[in-house]
Amino acid sequence: MERENKYEAVIGLETHVELSTVTKMFCGCRLSFGEEKNKFTCPVCLGHPGSLPVTNWKAVEYAIKIALALNCKVNKYTIFHRKNYFYPDMAKNYQISQYDIPLSSSGYLDVDMGNYTRRVGITRVHMEEDTGKLVHTGVTGRISESKATIVDYNRSGTPLIEIVTEPDIRSPEEAREYLIALRNLILFLDVSDCSMEEGSMRCDANVSVREKNSSKIGTKTEIKNLNSFKFLQKGLEYEIKRQIKVVESGDKVIQQTRHYDSKTGTTKAMRSKEEAQDYRYFPEPDLVPICLEDETIETIRKTIPELPLAKARRFKERYGLSAEDSRFLANNMEIADYFEECCRYYDNPKNIANWIMGDFSALLNKEKIAIKESKITPCNMCKMLEMVDKGKISSRMAKSVFEEMFTTGKGPEKIITERGLEQVSDESILESIIDEVIKENPGPVEQFREGKEKAMSFLIGQVMAKTKGKANPQLANKIIRKKIV
Amino acid sequence: MERISKDDVRHVAKLAELELEEKDLKRFVLQLDKVLDYVAEISSVDTEGVAPTSHVLDVKNVFRDDEPGESFTTEYALKNAPDEVDGGFKVPKID
Repeated sequence: MERENKYEAVIGLETHVELSTVTKMFCGCRLSFGEEKNKFTCPVCLGHPGSLPVTNWKAVEYAIKIALALNCKVNKYTIFHRKNYFYPDMAKNYQISQYDIPLSSSGYLDVDMGNYTRRVGITRVHMEEDTGKLVHTGVTGRISESKATIVDYNRSGTPLIEIVTEPDIRSPEEAREYLIALRNLILFLDVSDCSMEEGSMRCDANVSVREKNSSKIGTKTEIKNLNSFKFLQKGLEYEIKRQIKVVESGDKVIQQTRHYDSKTGTTKAMRSKEEAQDYRYFPEPDLVPICLEDETIETIRKTIPELPLAKARRFKERYGLSAEDSRFLANNMEIADYFEECCRYYDNPKNIANWIMGDFSALLNKEKIAIKESKITPCNMCKMLEMVDKGKISSRMAKSVFEEMFTTGKGPEKIITERGLEQVSDESILESIIDEVIKENPGPVEQFREGKEKAMSFLIGQVMAKTKGKANPQLANKIIRKKIV
Repeated sequence: MERISKDDVRHVAKLAELELEEKDLKRFVLQLDKVLDYVAEISSVDTEGVAPTSHVLDVKNVFRDDEPGESFTTEYALKNAPDEVDGGFKVPKID
């Protein structure tokens, strides 16, 4: 531990995000996931000679939206390059990407770390196309044990955005929070579904270590296959420890690409090619330059909604919520909208927040559905909260009413009437019941008169038993005191 | 003047997935050198005041709408496949 404290990590992330357009980047084939192999291909995405790509404007628009949301400068002149390599995941033997004149550069994303904010510089956001998928045959599916490779070009040509950060991230936790913040932000923009499970959001990390307060950067390694927030954090934790060990033993870290193995939680060097990567980038002659007018960029800027960080700040100020609650609610657009809708009907935001974060979230998680799909309307939710406030139902009953609202979509009044749950707050009814209880329990009554507070709980319990739990306990308490003191 | 070395040729051949024998290397050094000499003539043109270009046509901003066009049937797409398995292109194991 001691020796680990001597070092700090320097981390930069490269994130790829597939855009949720209807069609591919350079041809009219539909995007798909989990379809039969090679169902959506054409001469362009199969690289047939003589076919010509044409850029999907929607994809450019989405990319600009991401760039602007990440505070990047959008270049008014941008071109595509060919990245050349031999690998069957691209039928053309090159990938159309961007090189020295990318769509945008020099942005940042502020990442809320709870007690501090980490500003992560965004080097660039550029456009490219995704590759096809390779399946390695053989029992294990591992590349080293396979006999043949099966190629599916459905994904080939899917619009893809690459987001590269500066080496501004200092810990695996920060890396994880950055990726979560980036995902939330892109989800708000409604331009990708950012599913790490389905691979529409993927992340590679560059990491090196150095002695604290040093300004030089050590030799880095690149880690691949970090396909969940957890793996990103775990993979980095392992790699940082490994590098510190190497440095401490007097060795040098070798620059290499390492593969994260989620089963063992370790990183292993991938077979290194003797030749250094040489993609021989050159301008894509089949595509003409993109020249953007200020007006176009500003029109796109106007479509950007309030983003998570700004929303959280507003929730905190306007509704008087804690920073943590504000952040929870603001990180998901649907939850945020639901919360604000509730605030229109009911004026205790803290109470709404507590229910959304507590019972409601638990039920949503259990059923694995989004708040939008839930049967509880904001209006019904608020009606229930009001009934608790007015003493019509106890907060304990509210939980069970809420569950029934969740399952059936019924309004709270209906459920309460149907189940006869309405709390008895009618003093005259309670008085006659309490008279009976006092008559039947002279002992405890005497004990209470002698100052034993505990006896009161017993007496209220008796009232609850007689009313099958429907008596308003505060009111019962008041009446008993009045009658016996 | 030699513009290209044996090592360069070896490197390019590797990138192009070509296997060359030692005796070919020398021949290609000479041939590629001539090609490069020829291309180098371009640098004799005075480009003072000419903006760098990435494209020969004076055309910009060619886009398509995000509307689906026709795709191949899987069967048709696989007609060029060296071999196929289960709707996929089957290719040799990749190292």
